[in-house]
Amino acid sequence: MAENVKARVRAPRSASAGEVATIKTLISHPMESGQRKDSQGNTIPRSIIHRFTCDFNGENVIDVKMEPAISTNPYFEFEAKIPEAGEFKFTWYDDDGSVYEESATVEVS
Amino acid sequence: LTLLPAGAYAATVDELVNEFTGGADVADGGVNLDAPEIAENGNTVPISVSADGATAIMVLAAGNPTPPVATFNFGPLAGSSSASTRIRLAGTQDVIAVAKMADGSFARTSKEVKVTIGGCGG
Repeated sequence: MAENVKARVRAPRSASAGEVATIKTLISHPMESGQRKDSQGNTIPRSIIHRFTCDFNGENVIDVKMEPAISTNPYFEFEAKIPEAGEFKFTWYDDDGSVYEESATVEVS
Repeated sequence: LTLLPAGAYAATVDELVNEFTGGADVADGGVNLDAPEIAENGNTVPISVSADGATAIMVLAAGNPTPPVATFNFGPLAGSSSASTRIRLAGTQDVIAVAKMADGSFARTSKEVKVTIGGCGG
């Protein structure tokens, strides 16, 4: 069970129509790999975020399938096309069923 | 004796690539993988992948207890077929990237990363 999960996103506040922008995301999460053992030698069960998606106005930008080999506090950087003003929606899916969401509004000048 | 869950067997790199490509031929090159030559800490190794015209890129770590790392699927609003993240490497090994191109072909590259401190519990 992950606690104090906090998502952070860097996206431009404004852009010109059709611009390609770099998006950076970071979410605090232990990404317990299922490979580690505790002090008694018992395997600590896997508990990771297994999927990350980014959409803009309902259209998909990137959809990432994540495995235990992704580091603690998963970080992603990628590029998105911004065809018009709107909102980025970022979604992370946890093994425990939790869904973490974050959004960022972009104005087009 | 066939009742073991499928997850009991760690799939090999070749099996994972075959699953991704559907058995299609995989060309060498056409996909870029940036990773450090030497990573001091295997717990967090920065990597970048890119491939012009790719719809998806799969990343594998051949020497990890379970080789799959991530699969990036690029949607209609992806500004480029590229992404960066940070991964765990259990030790010195090859990192492999396989790209699925829009025309249905596949490309592959690999890079050896030397790891000083492994990133799998330890």
